[in-house]
Amino acid sequence: MDDESLTTPYFPTWCPGCGNFSLWSAFKNACIKEHWDNSNTVLVAGIGCHGHILNFIKLTSFETLHGRPIPVATGIKTVNPLLNVFVFTGDGDCLGEGGNHFLHACRRNEDLTVIIHNNGVYALTTGQTSPTSPKGYKSKSTPAGNTDAPLNPLALAITTGATLVAREYAGNIENLTSLIIKANNHKGLAIIEVLQPCITFNKRFTHSFFRENCCRLDPDFNTANKQKAYTKSLEFGIKKMPLGIFYEV
Amino acid sequence: MRIKKVFSLKIGGCAGQGVKSLGLLFSKCLLHLGYKTYSYIEYPSLIKGGHNVVQISVSQNQPTGPTTKTDFLVALNRDTLDKHLGELEEGAGVLLDLGEKENTLKVSHKVKFFGIPLANISGEKYPVSNVIALGALVALFGGELTILNGEIEKEYRHEKSMAENLKAAKLGFDFIKKNYPKESAILNPLESLTESPDKILDGNEAVSLGAISAGLEFASIYPMSPISGIIHFLASHQKTHNYIYKQPEDEISAINMAIGASFAGARSLVATSGGGFCLMTEGFGLAGITETPLVVIEGMRGAPATGLATFSEQGDLSFVLNAHQGDFPRIVLAAGDIREAFDLTRKAFNLADKYQTPVVVLLDKNICDNSQSISLPNSPYTIDRGKLTTDRVENYKRYILSKDGISTRTLPGSGNFFIANSEEHNEFGYSSEDSGNRISQMEKRMLKLETCAKKDMAPPTLYGSKNAELTIVSWGSCKGSILQALKDFNNVNFLHLMWLNPFPAKEVETILSQARYIIAIEGNYSAQMARLIREKTGIEIKDKFLKYDGRPFFVEDITDKIHRVLKDIKNG
Repeated sequence: MDDESLTTPYFPTWCPGCGNFSLWSAFKNACIKEHWDNSNTVLVAGIGCHGHILNFIKLTSFETLHGRPIPVATGIKTVNPLLNVFVFTGDGDCLGEGGNHFLHACRRNEDLTVIIHNNGVYALTTGQTSPTSPKGYKSKSTPAGNTDAPLNPLALAITTGATLVAREYAGNIENLTSLIIKANNHKGLAIIEVLQPCITFNKRFTHSFFRENCCRLDPDFNTANKQKAYTKSLEFGIKKMPLGIFYEV
Repeated sequence: MRIKKVFSLKIGGCAGQGVKSLGLLFSKCLLHLGYKTYSYIEYPSLIKGGHNVVQISVSQNQPTGPTTKTDFLVALNRDTLDKHLGELEEGAGVLLDLGEKENTLKVSHKVKFFGIPLANISGEKYPVSNVIALGALVALFGGELTILNGEIEKEYRHEKSMAENLKAAKLGFDFIKKNYPKESAILNPLESLTESPDKILDGNEAVSLGAISAGLEFASIYPMSPISGIIHFLASHQKTHNYIYKQPEDEISAINMAIGASFAGARSLVATSGGGFCLMTEGFGLAGITETPLVVIEGMRGAPATGLATFSEQGDLSFVLNAHQGDFPRIVLAAGDIREAFDLTRKAFNLADKYQTPVVVLLDKNICDNSQSISLPNSPYTIDRGKLTTDRVENYKRYILSKDGISTRTLPGSGNFFIANSEEHNEFGYSSEDSGNRISQMEKRMLKLETCAKKDMAPPTLYGSKNAELTIVSWGSCKGSILQALKDFNNVNFLHLMWLNPFPAKEVETILSQARYIIAIEGNYSAQMARLIREKTGIEIKDKFLKYDGRPFFVEDITDKIHRVLKDIKNG
C-alpha cells in the first residue's frame, strides 16, 4: 500500500496553506503504516471544509449532513465492529450543529476515533464565529466582537466519558500520524482536537501563532488521572496551549 | 341478557389502576371461550390519575372497530360511572364497587348492577382491585377460574405478584358465584379451549414481529407515544432474534444511526410519531440522496407540536409525502389494521432494499395501541436484498446509471471503493456540481419510483360490490369501523388506500369516476387524502367526513353518516 493507492482523481480544493493539508498527509501516512484500506476501514465526515477530505482519500466513506457524522459512524461501528471507523468533523459540525451527539457519544464511550478539525471559525460559509471562537473575536457574524465564551472540546470530552482525549497541532504531521494510530487502537471513544489555522478567515489562529504558543505536555504527565486531565484541559492561552494525550484509560 | 352481534364491554378507571392489563387479560380469557375481540384504549398523557378506558368489542366473528354503546361496564372508580353511564344500552350490566351502588340509580333505563367490594374485598387496596374485577368478570361471563389462573401465571412471572394476583382473582370469582348464584352468563361461552389458536396483538407488537420476521438487524428508536411499545417489544427480544436495539439521544441521532447501520449492511428501522419525524426529516432526505435503504414507522397522533399526545389523528399524510427539501424517491405506505401493520412492515424492508431508498409505514395511534385477536401470521416471506454485492468489482461505480434507476449496492469492508455522499455526486460518489451529472443522477433516483410503481405497487382494495349507491374512500385505521359498519349495508362499498407514494392513480380514478356518490372519511382537519386524490386524479370529493378530536371513528359514526347520505340521495 502506498500514497498512490489512496489517491483520487481530485486534488484538494482547500486554500493553499490550510491546516487540512497537513492533517490529510498525517492521516494518509497512518493508513499506509497500518494498512487501512477498503477491506477494513470507513471514513465518516460532516459538512464544512473538513468534509471535503473524503474526496481526496480513496477509502470507502460517508459524507453525512452537517453535524451528523457521529451518529452515522455509531451505526456503522455498532453493526460492524471489525471496521476501523474514523470521524472527521469540524468545530461547528461537532460542537455547534452536532453538540448533542458529541456529548452522548462521549457518555456511551463509543468505539470510534473522532478528529475535530478546530480552526475556530465557520470557514466554508465564509467566516462566521464558531463555538470555539474566543471571546471578543471579530468576524462577519460578530463585527463588534464575540460576546460568547468558547466551548472547550477536551474538557467536555473528559467530563462526559471519552476515554482517550488528546490535542495536536495540524503542522506536527508525524505526531499526528502516531496519535491517529494510537486512537484507532484504543478501545472506546478517542477524541483528537486538531488545532489548525484558517488562513483565509481566522487571522488570529495562524501557523505562527500556534507554533509560538503550543507547548507539549510533560512526558511524565499522569494521563490516567481524570481530575488532573480536566484541570490541564482548561489551560489555554498565550504560550500555554498543551499538546499531547491529556487522558487515557 | 340480550345477545348482540357485537357485544361491547367497557372498562374504566384511573391511570395506574390497571385498566389496560385488565382489558388485555380478559380479552385473553375471551379467546378461551371461543370469542374474537377488538380493543380500543383511550388514556391521557399521565402515569397516575386521569381517566383510562378500554372498550372491547366481542363477537363470534372478528370485530374490527370501536363502538360508543356499551353492553357491560366495569367501573373501577366513580369517575367511570359519571362518564359512561349514559352510554349503556337497555338491559346493560355494570360491575362496580359496592360502595357506589346507591348513587347510580339515576340511569333512566333498566340496568343490572353487580356490586362487589373491589377496594376492600381482600382488605387490600389496588393495584389488585383490577384483578378482583377480572375474577368477577370471568365468573359473570361463564368462564372457569382455571382459564384465568393460566393467563395470570403467564402474565405475572414474579412469584409474589403471581400469588397476589391469583388470590385476588379467586376472591372476585368466588364473590360473584356466592352472591349472584342465579345469574346466567352474560355471554354464553361458545367453546372451552385450553389453548386458543389466536393471540391478542396490538399494532406496535405487529410491527415488531413483522420487522423481526423480515430479518431486522438494527433499530434505533427514541421513546414517543404512540410507538414506545415497539421499543419495549424490540428491546426485550434482541438476544433471541439476533438484532440490535440502540437507544439514541434524539430522533436526529436515531435516523442517522440507522442510516449508518444500513450503509454497513444491516436491515434497519426507526419508529417515531409526527414530532419525532420532524427531527428526522433531515435524515430522511439523506437516506434518499445516498440511496440508503431505511424503514421508517410513523405512528400518527394528535398534532401539531405536542398536540394530543396519547390520542389519534391522521394528520401527517401531507407532511410525510412532502418532508425534506427538494425531490427524492420515497415510498409511503399506510396500514389500516394490525394485520396490515405486520404485512406492510415486512414488505417495507424488501422495498427499501430493492429501491435503496427510505420507506415509510404510516400508522395511527388507533393501530399502534389498539389490540385484537389474531392468529399469528405465518405467511411465507422471502428476504429480498435487491441489487447487492459483497464481491470485489473492477472499477466499481456505486451510483452507476441504469435502466431501472437502481445501481448495485456494496458494503464497506467489501474492498470496493465508494462514497455515500450527501452532496450531489457522480457515479463513484465523488462530490460533483457538474450540470449534466446532476441531471442524470436526479433522474436516476427518481426513476426508481417509476420502477417501483410498475413492479411492486399494489392496486387499492375495493370492499363490497362494484355497483354501489355510495362509495367510501378512506385510509388508515378508519378501515376497521368502516368494514364493521358496512355489514349493515349491501349498497355501499369502500375503497381502502394503502399505497400513497407511488400512488395507484389509474385504479383510483377508474373506481371513483364510476362511483355514484363519494364520501372521503379521514381523521384530520384538512382532508389530506382527498387532496392527494385530487392531485393525482383530478377528482374532487365534495363530501368529506372528517374527525380531528383525537378519537377514532366509532362504528356508529360511520353508520349514522351512511344513513344520512342514503336518505339525502333518496330524497334527491
